[in-house]
Amino acid sequence: MNPLDLKNTAPERDAGYNFAYLDERTKRMIRRAILKAVAIPGYQVAFGSREMPLPYGWGTGGIQVTAAVIGPQDVLKVIDQGADDTVNAVNIRRFFQRTTGVATTDRTREATLIQTRHRIPETPLTRDQIIVYQVPQPEPLQRLEPRAYETRRMHGLAEYGLMHVKLYEDIARFGHVATTYDYPVMVNDRYLMAPSPIPKFDNPKMHMNPALQLFGAGREKKIYAIPPFTRVESLAFEDHPFEVQKWTAPCELCGATDSFLDEVIVDDKGGRIHVCSDSDYCRDRREAVVQQ
Amino acid sequence: MYVAVKGGERAILGSYALLSEQRRGDPAIPELSLEQIKQQLRLAVDRVMTEGSVYDPDLAALALKQAAGDAVEAIFLLRAYRTTLPRFGYTRAIDTADMKLWRRISATFKDLPGGQLLGPTYDYTQRLLDFSLAASGERLRTPPATGADAAVQEDVPRVVDLLDDEGLIEKTPCDETDPDPVDLTRQPLDFPASRETRLQNLARGDEGFLLAMGYSTQRGYAHSHPFAGEIRFGEVEVFIEPEELGFPISIAELSVTECQMVNQFGGSKTEPPQFTSGYGLTFGHGERKAMAMALADRALRAEELGERVASPAQMPEFVLSHSDNLEASGFVQHLKLPHYVDFQSELELVRKMRANRAQEAAA
Repeated sequence: MNPLDLKNTAPERDAGYNFAYLDERTKRMIRRAILKAVAIPGYQVAFGSREMPLPYGWGTGGIQVTAAVIGPQDVLKVIDQGADDTVNAVNIRRFFQRTTGVATTDRTREATLIQTRHRIPETPLTRDQIIVYQVPQPEPLQRLEPRAYETRRMHGLAEYGLMHVKLYEDIARFGHVATTYDYPVMVNDRYLMAPSPIPKFDNPKMHMNPALQLFGAGREKKIYAIPPFTRVESLAFEDHPFEVQKWTAPCELCGATDSFLDEVIVDDKGGRIHVCSDSDYCRDRREAVVQQ
Repeated sequence: MYVAVKGGERAILGSYALLSEQRRGDPAIPELSLEQIKQQLRLAVDRVMTEGSVYDPDLAALALKQAAGDAVEAIFLLRAYRTTLPRFGYTRAIDTADMKLWRRISATFKDLPGGQLLGPTYDYTQRLLDFSLAASGERLRTPPATGADAAVQEDVPRVVDLLDDEGLIEKTPCDETDPDPVDLTRQPLDFPASRETRLQNLARGDEGFLLAMGYSTQRGYAHSHPFAGEIRFGEVEVFIEPEELGFPISIAELSVTECQMVNQFGGSKTEPPQFTSGYGLTFGHGERKAMAMALADRALRAEELGERVASPAQMPEFVLSHSDNLEASGFVQHLKLPHYVDFQSELELVRKMRANRAQEAAA
């Protein structure tokens, strides 16, 4: 494709590369890791992460997981910060258009496979969908204990006191838990898991979700999963239950009061509005109003 | 009014165009050929091959051209391409004692079998800008006649092997069963990491990072008392031994730089005082990297040798997890990606905390 031709923007399938870039053996290796991850919900499975043509930290784990599960019949949606048109989402979508030629969509309902960074769509997922999370830091304990050798042992013994102490110290200092995203969860009552840097607003959506949730961390070479209908509990204390963010204003565009809102600065006098971070959800609601 | 980051796709395509224009520079200036890069930017090509983990000067030159000379970007391009290459088999280990030498020096002996061979090096140049290179039409210096072709000295024993005869240097026994080493390009790094695994990681590691790590061991952060036992640069043959043939065949010749550091060791309960060694190897000519790698390798052996582990260079998790420049560069630069959802969450939190504080102050 001529990069200067700005009108023809959807890239064509590049026959020079195997379907979804990776060779079939590598895909099989990743699928084995995914199967293991599904069998042990929340457990981080080490895998032979490959160097991808996008940089580490920009979604290489999610891309490898997507490449391993995508088929020619899939309809792919890629979002970043909840939106389909952010540059990194566009770049990853173009990568799969170029290497697979599959249909893409920006509608959550139409997608069979959703790759995401930092959000879970507001529209509830179904049992026919897979959601793939891009994970920068799969180890929830890393900030408390940087040595992987040690954290692996803690997971083995389900020894999560360190995390509870951290949350307790937050409450002692601030009166509440001072973690707002990548808020640790307990999966299937066994493994402590990093939900990736989604806002804690999205944590409850992981619980008993009918869709298969897969997590890929390319740089750290780990894959983990939450199978459909699995218990996912955000850590909390009896006297300090888990709470999600609330906004005082509704979405400026669609009026939603139940979605995660981004704050947008609209002028240079500090004027600001709130809009849905999930661009598809916001559009859906506005279209519904028009039809009425 | 509200303008979201719409048009991301058009922006990306536009940036491709700008990038190719900037990469090419003034079209009135002749375009660089890969052959020119390969011939005249040899050391850049060597570094890209080493850290890109592919011995292919043509591809490395292409990567450098495409990356406008940015070594780390070129390494990235080569590594991403490497992912798509099928693996046909494994070669036999190269034998550096059998190297056709271009250069071979030892800092531990004045003279030694095989002699000291200075070869092509910047070491004893006076670093004065040579303005004759600025004007095109450089006059070539003719190498002094040395009688025999200096480059073709073969079977020069390694210095460390000479010490070995006297039992002054540690033995590095091979496992009888000769197990296949971990292949870090296929399996993830796991701790504790064996020495083979560590060496693989260091061989792909960023030159600047290893240089700083090696340097830190010389400045009191891990005392290793190193001597440059030997540095050699030259050509080695690569053999494969296909099962159906049953004998080795030579498939390629490649140039490598090898460094063996010799370090003091006070001995332990089980071992008498002797010298220990650190090992470094790069594709092409890469002495700085090979020496830094050898220092880092030796420092990482602290635990195995019963030394106190107190400095970053001695900590495998610290060194090996941060040595790869693609991982480091990617993750540092991912901060350029939008993070406004997380930032929104933090904004709410900071506002809440400030409000609480104001309330407390008022009460």
